[in-house]
Amino acid sequence: MLNLKTLASELAERGQDAEKDFLFTVNAIPGEVEVLQILVEDREELPIFISTSDDQVLCIAYLFKNEEVKADMVHEMNNAMLSANISIPLSSFAKIGDQYVIYGALSVSSNLDDVVHEIDVLASNMVEAIEVMSDFLK
Amino acid sequence: MSILRKLFTAIRGGAREMGESIADQNGVRIFEQEIKDAEGKIEKAKRDLTAVMAQEMQAARKVESLTADVQKHENFAAQALDKGDEALAMDIANKMVELQGELDIQTKAQESFAAHVTRLKGMIKQSTKTIADMQRQLVMVKTTESVQKATTAITDNYASGSSKLLTAKESLDRIKQRQQDLDDRLAAGDQLKSDLAGNDLESRLQAAGIGSTNSGAQDILAKLKAKKAG
Repeated sequence: MLNLKTLASELAERGQDAEKDFLFTVNAIPGEVEVLQILVEDREELPIFISTSDDQVLCIAYLFKNEEVKADMVHEMNNAMLSANISIPLSSFAKIGDQYVIYGALSVSSNLDDVVHEIDVLASNMVEAIEVMSDFLK
Repeated sequence: MSILRKLFTAIRGGAREMGESIADQNGVRIFEQEIKDAEGKIEKAKRDLTAVMAQEMQAARKVESLTADVQKHENFAAQALDKGDEALAMDIANKMVELQGELDIQTKAQESFAAHVTRLKGMIKQSTKTIADMQRQLVMVKTTESVQKATTAITDNYASGSSKLLTAKESLDRIKQRQQDLDDRLAAGDQLKSDLAGNDLESRLQAAGIGSTNSGAQDILAKLKAKKAG
């Protein structure tokens, strides 16, 4: 089972492995539950957040807020996001409060490579998602 | 009410802190207690089941031996009649009535135990399903709670970070600009490389005295000399 502390140090090491072409830095965010902030190289503007619970590892990237969406296109965009959800590999759209997010959930029995792969895919999906949804945004 | 329904109700009611609204109801503690109770019930039902199954087997054995006994006495009675011993036959018949009564009682008991076994098995199956369902809902409560807490930590961090100031479009523009810069740098690098490679070739051609070499100056001089001479 993945332990966030162990995961944090393993990820930090892996993220700086110059041998790989996918690099990132890891910061621990203290709080009632610990959360890791992953800054993927060249995509630092859109951090990925990782938290673990009893059964799953959640990787979340914040996309935009309600207020960034063109008011008359909210319904159309929500519909498009729901419709596209199933086609997006590993990531899904969701909302947390007034924030639209894209996230992936992994089993706690996942290994480091699974988590790294998830981050890699999510980092690509989040940029592409904002790109294709730009028309809906102010 | 199911947890998913509670979630939906909270969301439709405009609750932002949907995790809190569920945790407020002591969802986790209540669910854990309910699961414990249900597990206790299953344990008891399983013990009961073992006991009742043993009773049913005993009754079944009794039914079997009594049936055989009745059959045996029927044969005895027939033999007594064959021998013309009416009085003996009557005694045997009386014994058979007694045995038959006992057999009826045991048969009813066996049927009742069997029905009890079916009921207990059904109950265990049902409770097991209920527990699985409650555990699924408990996971939902815990996940909601954990996401809620994680989100709070993230939002606090987000609010203090610089990324808070950027809209999604601005972030995208920056990322794309950086990508463009990188592409440009790569392209420039390629250009430089090919330029260098070109220069290299030129110098080699020159060295070999092929193509438009440095002879330009000599040509001019030669032309000037020819003019002078002419």
